Amino acid sequence: MLTDVIKSRFPNIVTQACVDRVDNFIVIKREGIKDIASALRDDPQFDFNLLMDLFGVDYLHWEEKALRFEVIYNLYSLRKKHRLFIKAPVPEEDPSIDSVALVWPAADWYEREAWDMFGVRFKGHPNLKRILMYEEFQGHPLRKDYPYNFRQPLVGPKN
Amino acid sequence: MLLNIGPSHPAMHGIVRIVAELDGETVTGAEVEIGYLHRAFEKMCEQGPYNNAIPYTDRLNYVSPLINNIGYCLAVERLLGIDTTERCKYIRVVMSELSRVTDHLTCIGASAMEMGAFTVFLYTMKAREFWYDAIESVTGARLTISYARVGGLKSDLPEGFKERTLRAVRETRSVLKEVEGLLNRNRIFVDRMKDTGVISAEDALAYGITGPFLRSTGVGYDVRKDQPYLVYDRLDFDVPVGEHGDNLDRYYVRMEEMIQSMRMVEQALKDMPGGDIQVDTKGRVIPAALMVDEAKIGHTQDLKSVEVEADSTLEGTTKRFHDNVYSSDRRVALPAKEDTYGNIEGLMNHFKLVMHGHGIRPPRGEAYFPVEGANGELGFYVVSDGTDKPYRVRVRPPCFPIMGALGKILTGDMVADIVPTFGSVNMIGGELDR
Repeated sequence: MLTDVIKSRFPNIVTQACVDRVDNFIVIKREGIKDIASALRDDPQFDFNLLMDLFGVDYLHWEEKALRFEVIYNLYSLRKKHRLFIKAPVPEEDPSIDSVALVWPAADWYEREAWDMFGVRFKGHPNLKRILMYEEFQGHPLRKDYPYNFRQPLVGPKN
Repeated sequence: MLLNIGPSHPAMHGIVRIVAELDGETVTGAEVEIGYLHRAFEKMCEQGPYNNAIPYTDRLNYVSPLINNIGYCLAVERLLGIDTTERCKYIRVVMSELSRVTDHLTCIGASAMEMGAFTVFLYTMKAREFWYDAIESVTGARLTISYARVGGLKSDLPEGFKERTLRAVRETRSVLKEVEGLLNRNRIFVDRMKDTGVISAEDALAYGITGPFLRSTGVGYDVRKDQPYLVYDRLDFDVPVGEHGDNLDRYYVRMEEMIQSMRMVEQALKDMPGGDIQVDTKGRVIPAALMVDEAKIGHTQDLKSVEVEADSTLEGTTKRFHDNVYSSDRRVALPAKEDTYGNIEGLMNHFKLVMHGHGIRPPRGEAYFPVEGANGELGFYVVSDGTDKPYRVRVRPPCFPIMGALGKILTGDMVADIVPTFGSVNMIGGELDR
């Protein structure tokens, strides 16, 4: 089992490993993301050469989640044809995690989007600025406490 | 010199801004700025019940909306752990491939037009019209089709769909021949496409690029082959790959993919199981309103086996079609109109699904489903908190990573190469900015 192999390989980083429906999930400590990322990419046993996706989820008021945010990495291996989701919980007080933009250049834009939408800082990112919203935008729209009908247009009528 | 291209510029279809740093006519650096079409797709999906997100998905990649619809429904179905009927799966495959052909026709037509080949654009639009005819006959709309539903499809295929589609296949094959005749040995076209916008396979993978863009570099990754979904594993098709990763190879890959898609459409139409009418209808067809009246005064004895003629806006929701394409799972599938009108179980079932606070309620958890979109892997990651609204919907937009790499691809080329390279990205603003 892929998740078990990864868990036994990185016992200090991986806190949880499971298979949900068809997908492999591991939960890690956020400090370890850089180490596990480069190991998963370079080790021929895992060979995760594609970072398919990277995004945040805001688990506000979920009892089973100790920390508010989660950054989810969607990895795929072309040769092994397997997929892995890495979840890195991030606390509300200090929403930051190391950037993996140097491991997979694809992370550059994805991390900018996660910063824009959730306000999670990616430490070591070369150019962490908003991507979908404009620079003057206040707040982070995909957070659960951001009202969906709150308007703050750059031009045009205000609320 | 800094040259600003866009956001509103005829060649930047959609709205995107490229700030190019020039040395003479050579691009020495390019910064791509997106977000001008951001409409908060992911936020809006969280505001309503599961099926309410389907019209939003139409507007992601509006050139191939059916693939988005189907991808979203497959993700929610995986979350619920349900399966749809055989016929529904075949129809979904046919509709996805139809969409892929219209997408590639648009892409090739538009990028040829940007290089002055206006004839090609008109020819591909002519062919696309036949596909849109077929799509319109099924869904009632050409672009914003909202055809798939969680657990099935809005309605079964109408009469004459097969003939319409096969006609579109015939017409498109002849148009593709004409397009090849006009472009493949066209000096201007080949000179501008060949060896421009080059990306190596390693770079493409590092940037997370999938779809025709990745395949043009020689990597044959295709979700339909590598993680087959629906009935793709039963169909015979090839995945075309390029060699050089330049604009010309991307053009060839797209041309070949259309041919493969049409092959798949033909096979799927041939193999598609005919939906048996599961209930004995006794040949009686009565207007729906009469059935409601009958049921109200208690004449429900024979109603279970009666077929009604519903209003034309409800076409495809009566038993005859309904059971072919809808899952039998009561948690997600609206009952056939006969049941809603004719018996209390059906009425309650309908009520539970459409009323506020009821609806489809997947168990707490999360699921991801990737499908092969026209531009690459299109994935929906859905998080459920157990209520009738999705807690979070994340879409993996296939042209997002390509746009992320665009600055790098453009660097080193000439200013004039920006247009064909950008054309071959097939950027769709709706899907890129969501």
